[in-house]
Amino acid sequence: MDAALNIGMSHFLILAGMIFTIGVFGIFLNRKNVIVILMSIELMLLAVNINFITFSAFLQDLTGQVFVMFILTVAAAEAAIGLAILVVFFRNKGSIAVEDISGMKG
Amino acid sequence: MIIQAFAFYLFAGILLVSALMVITARNPVHSVLFLVLGFFNAAGLFILLGAEFIAMILVIVYVGAVAVLFLFVVMMLDINFTDLRKGGMQYIPFGIIIGGILLFELIAIYSYWIFADSALQNIALPIASDVQNSEALGLVLYTDYVLPFQIAGLILFVAMVGAIVLTHRTRPGIRKQNIASQHSRKPSDVLEVKKVTSRTGA
Repeated sequence: MDAALNIGMSHFLILAGMIFTIGVFGIFLNRKNVIVILMSIELMLLAVNINFITFSAFLQDLTGQVFVMFILTVAAAEAAIGLAILVVFFRNKGSIAVEDISGMKG
Repeated sequence: MIIQAFAFYLFAGILLVSALMVITARNPVHSVLFLVLGFFNAAGLFILLGAEFIAMILVIVYVGAVAVLFLFVVMMLDINFTDLRKGGMQYIPFGIIIGGILLFELIAIYSYWIFADSALQNIALPIASDVQNSEALGLVLYTDYVLPFQIAGLILFVAMVGAIVLTHRTRPGIRKQNIASQHSRKPSDVLEVKKVTSRTGA
């Protein structure tokens, strides 16, 4: 009970691990729907951010928080480009199913 | 200590439930809304860890920009989402096995984490107790990390240009304003004086 109430580093790290696992499982579960796959990737990036902030807080080192800002930048750029590609693909094919993205396959 | 534990379990519980709902919801609009809820609770966890600035950035950037972008795309594309769910069930046992192994390994590593002495001695930017979190980040972001900061801005700029180039299309049959042709218009090109004879005009 004492270990459960005394919130330490392991609590945050295990939470991040659970969210990362949910993100991986979401890709298996929705493997046809590209939008939900992109959201699963966002969940995995959030888990990475929680890890960075946790180590930053418990090591008393600000570098982790600086890095989280760069991860947020890359995640925002990735989401914008991914959704733009998705919109163009939907315009051309009329579908966003993953198995329809095989036009280049001979 | 009790209040901290209560806050942690509240935020963590809602975050986990909303993350599960993101991947299991039938309607993608609900998925996006649960993603927003999850990011709000992650921001609460970040405040609990003393990273207030990142928490605010998470709310502004993720909830305000990325999640709304997802919402736009989900609502803009006219997709039958029930067809997309068919046939996905055969991979669920495989996914559970992979996810279970991954979760077991992560928990096994994280449960007994001990910092090495050399890690504690090599801290790059110690958090000062008398400086606010935002101020401390600003002090290093524009000095020590100015080059990565500029590159991050460049990445965002390239992403913006790329998204515009990808989604821009020139549709035929649309009348657009052509300022050069408007300015080069002369009265002699468009006006003509007709000589109408008497009693024949309408």
